Amino acid sequence: MTEEIDAGLVAEEIAEAGALAGPDGTRELGRGRRRKEDAKLLTGQTTWTDNITLPGMLHLAILRSPMAHARVTGVDVSAALERPGVIAAFSGADLADSWGSLPCAWPVTADMVQPAHPPIAAEEVRHVGDAVAVVVARDRYAAADALEAIDVDYEPLPPVLDMEAALQDGAPLVHSDAGTNRCYLWPLETGDYAAAREAAEVVVRRRFVHQRLIPNAMEPRAVVVAPIAAADEYTLYSSTQVPHILRVMLAIVTGIPEQKIRVIAPDVGGGFGSKLDVYAEEVIALVVAKRIGRPVKWTESRSEGYQATIHGRDVIQDVEIAAMRDGTLRGLKVDLFADMGAYLQLVTPGIPVLGAFMYPGIYKMDAYKLDITGVFTTKTPTDAYRGAGRPEATFAIERIMDELAVELGRDPIDLRRQNWIKHEEFPYTTAGGLTYDSGNYDAATGKATALFDYDGLRREQAERRDRKDPVQLGIGVSTYTEMCGLAPSRVLGSLSYGAGGWEAAGVRMLPTGRVEVVTGTSPHGQGHATAWSQIAADALGVPFEDVEVIHGDTDSSPKGMDTYGSRSLVIGGIAVHLACGKVIDKARRVAAHLLEAAEQDLEFAKGTFTVKGSPEATKTIQEVALATFAAHNLPEGMEPTLDSEAVLDPDNFSYPHGTHLCAVEVDTETGGTRIRSYVAVDDVGKVINPLIVEGQVHGGLAQGIGQALFEEAVYDEDGNLTTGTMVDYLVPSAADLPEFVTDRTETPATSNPLGVKGVGEAGTIAATPAVVNAIVDALRPYGVTEVPMPCTPERVWRTLQEQGGLR
Amino acid sequence: MARVSIKVDGVTYEDEVEPRRLLVHHLRDGLGRVGTPVGCDTSNCGACTVLVDGESVKSCSVLAVQADGAEITTIQGLADGEWHPVQKAFREHHGLQCGYCTPGMVLAAVDLLRNNPDPTAEEVRHGLEGNLCRCTGYVNIVRAVLAAAAELRGEAAKPGAFSEAGGAS
Repeated sequence: MTEEIDAGLVAEEIAEAGALAGPDGTRELGRGRRRKEDAKLLTGQTTWTDNITLPGMLHLAILRSPMAHARVTGVDVSAALERPGVIAAFSGADLADSWGSLPCAWPVTADMVQPAHPPIAAEEVRHVGDAVAVVVARDRYAAADALEAIDVDYEPLPPVLDMEAALQDGAPLVHSDAGTNRCYLWPLETGDYAAAREAAEVVVRRRFVHQRLIPNAMEPRAVVVAPIAAADEYTLYSSTQVPHILRVMLAIVTGIPEQKIRVIAPDVGGGFGSKLDVYAEEVIALVVAKRIGRPVKWTESRSEGYQATIHGRDVIQDVEIAAMRDGTLRGLKVDLFADMGAYLQLVTPGIPVLGAFMYPGIYKMDAYKLDITGVFTTKTPTDAYRGAGRPEATFAIERIMDELAVELGRDPIDLRRQNWIKHEEFPYTTAGGLTYDSGNYDAATGKATALFDYDGLRREQAERRDRKDPVQLGIGVSTYTEMCGLAPSRVLGSLSYGAGGWEAAGVRMLPTGRVEVVTGTSPHGQGHATAWSQIAADALGVPFEDVEVIHGDTDSSPKGMDTYGSRSLVIGGIAVHLACGKVIDKARRVAAHLLEAAEQDLEFAKGTFTVKGSPEATKTIQEVALATFAAHNLPEGMEPTLDSEAVLDPDNFSYPHGTHLCAVEVDTETGGTRIRSYVAVDDVGKVINPLIVEGQVHGGLAQGIGQALFEEAVYDEDGNLTTGTMVDYLVPSAADLPEFVTDRTETPATSNPLGVKGVGEAGTIAATPAVVNAIVDALRPYGVTEVPMPCTPERVWRTLQEQGGLR
Repeated sequence: MARVSIKVDGVTYEDEVEPRRLLVHHLRDGLGRVGTPVGCDTSNCGACTVLVDGESVKSCSVLAVQADGAEITTIQGLADGEWHPVQKAFREHHGLQCGYCTPGMVLAAVDLLRNNPDPTAEEVRHGLEGNLCRCTGYVNIVRAVLAAAAELRGEAAKPGAFSEAGGAS
């Protein structure tokens, strides 16, 4: 079988990449390498956190509130302590002196309400699943049994469930001492929206609702803590995306000195943002291990995770677009309400702000105005879920562009093309205030419409409409872009984020010529070990197999900002490339010394230094590594090492884009929908590994389609999560999803030396509006202008009855 | 407590277990066979799928005592000297990302192909409906299973054709 997958553009690149080719003459970048990660994953030799067993290890189980909102008037753990195998049990009050509030690192405004968030509630519970006590026992069964013996007295308080009702005067309060359920108001205006609206000839308004979603990483969260009590030292294993951030935050929350805490993210089974957090259970496990001096483990059950792990989305948008009759956009206004849930987790309030700059999408306009209102409710906190703010923004602009097209009697692609930024206009500063470095929306759209047979499907649609076919065909368009690669630190600072966005890499040349790459990114399925090996092999001219990637341990990869926001490649991967450059610079000095030549007279290609004009005078990088290790004959004053580090803090975000087209058949008699074809043409710049890129797009699409068609976290009027297990929350299966047609255009990013862009979230961001646009498009002849998500058969059918006059 | 004798990946284990203990907890906590993960508590996700006497079973929905006398194959025992064609195909076609669903997905696919050696893509999708993956969107899983089916039928694969099969690289 072939090593490369079929990608014409990639093959061309390989052909023209002679200078940087690897030892066998084939350039590593752009090569569909099979993953280094797979061998252990396919043979069951993986180290998931729950697989870790330590001598003397005990198990934690956490008692959680069954009530959405209540005062806790008594917690009695004494009966639990009588149970066989129980070592300890604690209430929130018992441990209150051991910790501070769980952290929120993103106070988006100076006057944001930031309530205390104790890891175990001592006085009041504010959502179903809020922790009230913890038990420590010999095994997981004994711990679970003992929870039943804990006696808690609750004094019910009114639940707060509806964001708009919560903002009314006199509404019951989630945090009574705050005096309001409004967490913050975050305004943004570029240009003069009122003037733009005044000048416009057409104004279209819509309300879009993003339902609450549950991320559902397949690996439930787990924590293991190994204390060395005498030394006050702790090793904490966690199923986390952010071991480095977690270490700092654990030190701040518990008061344990940072240098005494080692955090390890072993193999982590997916995250999608849900493991980008500092969770109560991580603090509880650390504090309990310190208290009792023995190793402890906590592993959530899936249904427990549905209450205790963050949710995503849950946003209401009132969107208004102003345009001229000829289709020229004037302005866009968005009023956004975002449900924070009961508390602020690590970046909860910042999620809508991450989307704030993306509402204008790829379109030119004079003015843009946005107001975000963060609202507390008595539900599980929300936080980053794949796309984090940007799916919401993209949905709003791509849905309203379709509505405007209908209003103007225009083809939706035609209207988009009239308004989008042209290839020759880059770099372009948008109404959102961002400067997009590169893009080619015509190229991606041209490729997508050809693959999709756009004109043919439009003809079929017209025929079905003419013959009043009960199964109608809809076509959905999504010409998205997004900002990712979360950096630069100065911009994050200007948005009041608590940390920077740089990323670190180290490259170590071993005496045998093998290479260790140390990265600050923390992969959990993305394939960094493979892709970073390709980057290092490409730069150093060493075999791919000779590179080992080290990550996810604050001892061995001490510096990093971790993995989220499609940042790993464009910051962490580029840092690897830059660190390799420093290794080569040092090696050049040694090689020149050994070859008795001037540094500027050496060429470096395919892993070998050659004296210009003397092809027999060579030193391989492996020979240089060994000579440097021996250190017998180095240039005067040179340290005997080639090892190098790079910390990259880029100047700009990364802006992948693409055109997604979706054809959906809608049965108007049953409300059933079937995705007939889905074409995704993405432009993620230059590609390191096309196999991995395609996989990221596939998975992103599945989650975007999941939001459009299947997924919703539902609370009842008492604040109970009624979609409390996987039985009730529909994570799509293979039978629920179609085959995808994916392709790429390659417009290199100008913001980094490899021309790469992020890809992890693109599919999710693009897919949801493509699918919903298609469903609404199918039902246009019935007068339907919006179908609420998820567009289940019942929702579609009811919409047809209510909006479509099919009563 | 009840006495059970269960053969797991070729080794027979005799143990006293609580009658309520789930098979997957017996495998993981009792026998240390942690290659089989737990993904949910409602038998929806299929991450814990193993072969019990050759048939795929979600080991979270079986009690250890029900497996008394059975022969179980987990992901750790599937390779017989070399990787099973399904394992090879998952790697070749990038049918896994985080890998958490992979043990169950692979074993469910092995059982699917035992029952239907020449499935269509649609039959693969329905056959694996009980195994959830959050990373791949299933496209590459379907490709992998179809490729493995071809190899098992002797249509495509030749020894050595899969150069990276052993995970040596």
